[in-house]
Amino acid sequence: MSAQLHTLGVAELGRALAAKSTSSVEATQALLARAKADTHGAFLVVDEDAALAAAKAADAKRGSGDAHPLLGVPIAHKDIFVTQESATTAGSKMLEGYRSPFDATVVARLKAAGAVSLGKLNCDEFAMGSANENSAYGPVRNPWDATRVPGGSSGGSAAAVAAQLVPAATGTDTGGSIRQPASFTGVTGIKPTYGVCSRFGMIAFASSLDQAGPLARSAEDCALLLSAMSGFDERDATSVQRPPQDFHAQMLQARAGATAAQPLKGLRIGLPKEFFPAALAADVSGRVRAALTEMEKLGATLVDVSLPRTELSIPVYYIIAPAEASSNLSRFDGVRYGHRAAQYGDLMDMYKKSRSEAFGPEVKRRIMIGTYVLSHGYYDAYYLQAQKLRRMIADDFQACFQQCDLIAGPVAPTVAWKLGEQGDDPVKAYLADIFTLPGSLAGLPGMSVPAGLGEGGMPVGLQLLGNYFAEGTLLHAAHALQLATDFHLQRPRA
Amino acid sequence: MPLSPEDVSRIAHLARLELSPAEGSAMQTQLNDFFKIVEQMSAVDTSGLEPLHTPLSAIGNVELRLRPDAVTETNNREANMANAPASEEGLFLVPKVIE
Repeated sequence: MSAQLHTLGVAELGRALAAKSTSSVEATQALLARAKADTHGAFLVVDEDAALAAAKAADAKRGSGDAHPLLGVPIAHKDIFVTQESATTAGSKMLEGYRSPFDATVVARLKAAGAVSLGKLNCDEFAMGSANENSAYGPVRNPWDATRVPGGSSGGSAAAVAAQLVPAATGTDTGGSIRQPASFTGVTGIKPTYGVCSRFGMIAFASSLDQAGPLARSAEDCALLLSAMSGFDERDATSVQRPPQDFHAQMLQARAGATAAQPLKGLRIGLPKEFFPAALAADVSGRVRAALTEMEKLGATLVDVSLPRTELSIPVYYIIAPAEASSNLSRFDGVRYGHRAAQYGDLMDMYKKSRSEAFGPEVKRRIMIGTYVLSHGYYDAYYLQAQKLRRMIADDFQACFQQCDLIAGPVAPTVAWKLGEQGDDPVKAYLADIFTLPGSLAGLPGMSVPAGLGEGGMPVGLQLLGNYFAEGTLLHAAHALQLATDFHLQRPRA
Repeated sequence: MPLSPEDVSRIAHLARLELSPAEGSAMQTQLNDFFKIVEQMSAVDTSGLEPLHTPLSAIGNVELRLRPDAVTETNNREANMANAPASEEGLFLVPKVIE
């Protein structure tokens, strides 16, 4: 059994644990060995002692009758979630060696469900990036091709799941940071509706956009993780007050009028024409359309819709997110935690030197943009105008959802690019976020679902977006596609 | 109007960042490149629209939740200050501010 344990997804491993054909300790040991031998730079910390102790505890709990589907299942956390047991860096020199006095709510809830954390996963510094090249601790490499990026900012999470170091990992998505790396590495990821997962203990980038979610190898596995991660938390002022949700049950819920051959009968999938521009890479467009054809065979109907402000969402996002980031990151002043310069004069000099030494170039750029657009004389023209446009973008989605139940398109305009390919041109990277930003600005739930391989044998992701709180509909559609096809089962050559 | 080197220095000061001359010059180019894609925003008529501060207010009123004004945390001062670069007797140390 031990030789194939890394190939099992969350649900499969849960069944093997329930059937006593393996133990959490055996699975944890097998995956720890893979994590320690990993050459993709996915893990920042492998926490062997804590993982084995948690696995032992999980096995004991199972012995006494606990049967939670995540009990004893090894996972790992994006290093943007604070954890008491391991250091938390957010991919930044600013937080080198930082030890949180508490666990993030998402971490605590997965722990309470019995999931075993193997450690912390690399990410772009403060989750700012789309390639995981902005980590102070080195880039992450794509398991499908080590010369390419895994996407970002949850690049370590995506690479760890794709390389079968863990069956699932946590991630966060501000402008596409779960969906885009999932797409680039051929795994399944979901960003829920804003407010579904608590942001408490998730190091803040842009508070009105940040959401946590899982990356895993199937929609079913994502549903199991999301059920455990989500739910009201009084410690997050924007947490949505509602009862706990069973996303796995929602995923299994048959649609009215569905049949065995046509599980998606009656489902209307809207295709915004702006998501299929003439310039879209042919391999991406081809794979996305082929996956949509499969969904049609399962009973879904495709309808043409429009999101006319898709392109505008790039400047709108890159005004709002840096504005919130500049405010959030002002807490790093070298006083209460984080880096303090060794040499400085007065207090102002200490602030400036500490921050300038410890923040990387992309973080500095976004702090500068944010500070400028919030400054006296520019606030109305930039920040306020962006927020008004944000309402227009959200309203455009509501108009679309009059005509369809889900919206589909590519996650990214291309497959994963080569490390270093974008050089010193941040705007080029911003433009590649075009298809994930609209849903983020509106706060809608979205998924990346594997849709086969494109240029260079690299994975292509199908993006599915739902209306607010339609996670069940999204997961149901993705699950139906995955039951009928094997796109999600394709693996990188070891 | 493109940002000048003086604008970049002023913003860096507001952001409490110190940029080397090379960093400042690269930052100026990159910010000006970025604000070229921002220009399209100003062409859109948004008069009469309410800004969207938080996403769920797109579909309804989002009320700020208040909790009872009661002590809920225990004193965890030592653990909470363990990451401070410099502290003494439960206080954070900073350079002298008042002469």
